[in-house]
Amino acid sequence: MEPDSRLSLVLAGHVDHGKSSLLGRLLHELGLLPAGKVDELAALSAKRGVPLEWSFALDGFQAERDSAITLDTTRVRVKTPLREFVVIDAPGHKELLKNMIGGASAAGAALLVIDAAAGNEEQTLRHTYLLKLLGVRELVVAVNKMDLSGYSEAVFRLREREVIAVLDRVGLPPRAVVPASARDGANLVARGAMGAWYDGPTLVAALEALAAPIPAQSLPLRLPVQDIYRFDDERVVAGRIESGRLAAGDELLFSPSGQSAIVSRLLAWGENGSGPATAGKNVSVVLDRPLVVERGDLASHRLRAPKLTAVFDAEIFWFSLEPLVAGMELTMQCALRTVRVRVQSIRHRIDVTTLEPQLATRIEANEIARVTIRANETVAIDDFAELPATGRFVLRDGYATVGGGVIDATGYPDRRAVPAARHELTSIKHDVSGAERAQRFGHAGAVVWLTGLSGAGKSTLAMLLERRLFDAGYATFVLDGDSVRRGLNVNLGFSPEDRQENIRRIGEVAALFAEAGMVCITAFISPYRDDRRRARAGVERDRFLEIYVKADLAACEARDPKGLYRKARQGTLKDFTGIDSPYEEPAAAELVVDTIRSDAPTCVEKIFELVVSRCRA
Amino acid sequence: MMAAPRLSISIVPDDLHELEQQSIHVIREAYARLKPLAMLWSIGKDSNTLLWLVRKAFLGRIPFPVMLLDTGNEFPEVYALRDRIVAEWKLDCINVVCPPVAETDPTLPPAARAAARKTLGLKRVIADRQLRAVMLGIRRDEQLIRGKERIFSPRRADGSWDFRDQPAEFWDQYQTEFPPEVHVRVHPLLSWTELDVWRYVEREGIPVCELYFAKGGKRYRSLGESDITSPIDSAAATIGEIIRELEHTRASERAGRAMDHEREDAFERLRAAGYM
Repeated sequence: MEPDSRLSLVLAGHVDHGKSSLLGRLLHELGLLPAGKVDELAALSAKRGVPLEWSFALDGFQAERDSAITLDTTRVRVKTPLREFVVIDAPGHKELLKNMIGGASAAGAALLVIDAAAGNEEQTLRHTYLLKLLGVRELVVAVNKMDLSGYSEAVFRLREREVIAVLDRVGLPPRAVVPASARDGANLVARGAMGAWYDGPTLVAALEALAAPIPAQSLPLRLPVQDIYRFDDERVVAGRIESGRLAAGDELLFSPSGQSAIVSRLLAWGENGSGPATAGKNVSVVLDRPLVVERGDLASHRLRAPKLTAVFDAEIFWFSLEPLVAGMELTMQCALRTVRVRVQSIRHRIDVTTLEPQLATRIEANEIARVTIRANETVAIDDFAELPATGRFVLRDGYATVGGGVIDATGYPDRRAVPAARHELTSIKHDVSGAERAQRFGHAGAVVWLTGLSGAGKSTLAMLLERRLFDAGYATFVLDGDSVRRGLNVNLGFSPEDRQENIRRIGEVAALFAEAGMVCITAFISPYRDDRRRARAGVERDRFLEIYVKADLAACEARDPKGLYRKARQGTLKDFTGIDSPYEEPAAAELVVDTIRSDAPTCVEKIFELVVSRCRA
Repeated sequence: MMAAPRLSISIVPDDLHELEQQSIHVIREAYARLKPLAMLWSIGKDSNTLLWLVRKAFLGRIPFPVMLLDTGNEFPEVYALRDRIVAEWKLDCINVVCPPVAETDPTLPPAARAAARKTLGLKRVIADRQLRAVMLGIRRDEQLIRGKERIFSPRRADGSWDFRDQPAEFWDQYQTEFPPEVHVRVHPLLSWTELDVWRYVEREGIPVCELYFAKGGKRYRSLGESDITSPIDSAAATIGEIIRELEHTRASERAGRAMDHEREDAFERLRAAGYM
């Protein structure tokens, strides 16, 4: 038997269409039921006053037998003449959708059971759409209860046309549609009572012909860090390879931190540890240098690394009785990383009766929606379509699991790629030179970058400086929070990523002003050295003047001109610089002005003199 | 009373490597997320397999205590094997003495009451040691109601299990955050079958109790307390012979466990009240 011949198969279909009965009878036809089982089922069915019920072979609980509904997912391993299957019997009952997700999430293929008398139901569309959403690509349809229509070809062909039409809309065309009867055992393993008009495969033959999914080891490497052990003074990075392969000597890139190290050894106990480890294997990795690696980091090779972003789209399914609304804060578990996220917007709901996207402001239990999710921090993710294991997530609200989703980050920039973008452009040479512009204005362009704590006096100094320069004949303009947040950056919030992007755009705009010949003054906290360094890199040498507007935290908090420190102390304003978010002081600013020791005119004059010395020809 | 229908149809062994790796992932996840953690060790083939997997997960180490729920009625051969493994593998082993049968639910049938002593012992040690989680080697195919289990299965403070309202468990994204009063049963072997365990025991050379091997035409297929467990008719005297026997038998593994057969719902009631 080929190694990939085992297949996980999820059973789907409407609650009354006889999935469990079909599986029970199939096991009987394959000779897999224990001795005496059929007699036991007959006795049990008689005791309950029902015809022989094959589903009793699977239903474990008294509660299930009493209500005749499968309450949970059941896994049964089934061996056919050519293949092994792990059959996952997922409930079709509408309220118990989460169990079906549990079942289908492990399956590569599906068997959809529909009732010959009833045909498609809303559930058919819903379930097959979900199956496709969850990554199922192979599907066989069984049209069950053919006995009740006297094995009519007309009935079967009608159901066949209907179900193919539905599955085409879902985008999951079936590999086969086969007629069957669980009650008579017809066309499961042998043709049996099935009419001579049918010349297609039996159910078992159709299942055996399904294709196996792509092996995960041929995909790019993903190793989510599960734990760090310290054994015999050695740090061991523990985790399971979700896709790809890993060998000693490989360079591992850890995301989102961006650190990297070489794998010196893969440790093992009680087995041969040499050679590459492949998808599915739990590894114990020793690195060649000490890195700050923590649970939830995602290791990969440098090539085909995961995407870094804080915002992405996802198709989600919702379980919670409390509806999902935009702005809701949840916990997302993706691979082994747990982060707080906000549902930024609901793009649309998928109407599972029509598969049409609908505008929606709330998503109810058992509904599917496309949403935009914004994480509180940069996360390393993959598109589900390419790397399923690291492209899907679970959503929790407190202690409740409220939903799950699959990621589609298409169109969202990879933050890892930001610094490289500049080099890919072909620069167009201006006809008007910088020197000509300087001659026209009487000075060169520059960026005066004021940085410092909120309340240090940046805006005050910026406005005074603008007036001072303007009066001295300079072409000058101040970029401040109000001017950019209102327009250019109206789509940015206040998450760490958005703040970083805010600063990046301001840096780019300021650089353009300077290139146009103006002295552009910016007044933003810009707390991170990296962000300021990036802004500096966009401007001609000597024309970027970093001014550290210095004032100690206590003084700034006492001034508190916008009442922000008070809000931050109360906790209503998160990640506020100086309170619960760091400010990185400039290491090599062009000028430091101390607004505690000096008054504003003095500070402005110092900056003015610096600008003049740098910009006057 | 007629016995409940049994699921003994999982006769196709899964790939042992896949099962082993899935279990190691679960064991590491429990250790990473749920401390203090301890493992229930009955000295049977399943819990010895689990102990072996723990050693694989932690490169030969067992970084948490193992606990035997001791009714005093285990087979002497079981106690002997315990002492041998504790010494050889240098285990931190806690012997939990179970309360007497008089303290169990009197409405349960007799053998179920004997088994319920373990439930009481377990609840006590969880409370005494403030355990967040207990790892144990139950399998889905052993007993139908266990087929409904989760790998990470939260229990209320009284140890009870509400099988109708369990967290959805999918994509190996296990829920490990629960309210403080909840403890978690972790089941790394849930997807294994009896046959898988024996094939793995054979492949890895894991020590198992001699009572599993036939003597005088009888052997124990499942080891419970000596007073409520009976041997089956069998000539299987080696692991290879046991595997061949299991490949052809259609009888249930726990046929020799009296507590399962007293009433249709006896085991379901035991489990809902906190039994393993």
